[in-house]
Amino acid sequence: MSKFQKKNAKAKQEVPTTAMPDIVFMLLIFFMVTTVLREVTLQVRVELTRAENIEKIEQKRLVSYIYIGPRIVGNNVYGETRVQIDDALIDELVFIRRIMYDKLLEQPRLIVSLRVDRESEMGIVTDVQQELRQAGTLQINYSTRRLQ
Amino acid sequence: MFGKKKERRGAEIPSSSLADIAFLLLVFFLVVTTIDVDTGIGLVLPPPPDDTTPPPPIRERNLMKILVNNQGMVLINGQPTAVNDVRERVVEFVDNANRDNNPDMSVSPQAAIVSIQTARQTPYEVYINMLDEVRGAYAQLRDASSMTMFGIRYERYRATLARPADDVIRQIYPMNVSIAEPDQGN
Repeated sequence: MSKFQKKNAKAKQEVPTTAMPDIVFMLLIFFMVTTVLREVTLQVRVELTRAENIEKIEQKRLVSYIYIGPRIVGNNVYGETRVQIDDALIDELVFIRRIMYDKLLEQPRLIVSLRVDRESEMGIVTDVQQELRQAGTLQINYSTRRLQ
Repeated sequence: MFGKKKERRGAEIPSSSLADIAFLLLVFFLVVTTIDVDTGIGLVLPPPPDDTTPPPPIRERNLMKILVNNQGMVLINGQPTAVNDVRERVVEFVDNANRDNNPDMSVSPQAAIVSIQTARQTPYEVYINMLDEVRGAYAQLRDASSMTMFGIRYERYRATLARPADDVIRQIYPMNVSIAEPDQGN
């Protein structure tokens, strides 16, 4: 009988909260480290194609994007196919060489991810690839979504 | 006047709201973080063409030429092929040594090279579908090889490796995909 009475005395128990700030800080630091804040505003339409045999790129920091697609003129109005790197449209494809070479110096293990609109033609993609070869950024990736 | 100072000596920075501040920051980073990983088809471009060093000699039978024309039609070694059949053709070609031993196809999977050439008006989507088929062929071969050697699928076998360089299957079936020099004519 005394077994049950013992419980009553201990009824006022609380979850210890002293370690909570430490836990929160740990989570905070994790998210701070993983976050990549830079975002680009797209000036070209990029609707990715789908494929089955694709792989993930684990190291997001190594990746630099090149966007290729029809230029967004207005709502559902698209112009000619253009190339965009970071926030700027590229006027002459020769500029890509310089831009990507500078990026390669900063990050020797650079992977260039080509985000190409599905309705593009190979001509411009080939031209961009030729520039990438000249720049020395040989690791590329064709961005695709997983086939559903 | 001076007595007042003594009372404040024990004052401390209040730390009760520390957790709240940390939570606020945490929520901010949670919202801002995008965890979506980029997926795609990886490829290594050939270095820029060099006039002084000639390209390495390749035996004709080890080379599988895939051409995709302006209309998105596929030609494999001179034969028109549907995009859906590319995978089967690549498997036959690469694994020739273990199958029919056709004298017109590759000597060994290591020697086999798949060369892809496109025209300027080739639809990008067809090109990607075609690359996908080629990769699918290699995935199929590697899976089969992994099943017979280790009894597990290739992806699971790769997960067990400490170093990617230890991959035996990749040494048997290296993926030699080459992007041909673009046609200057059109």
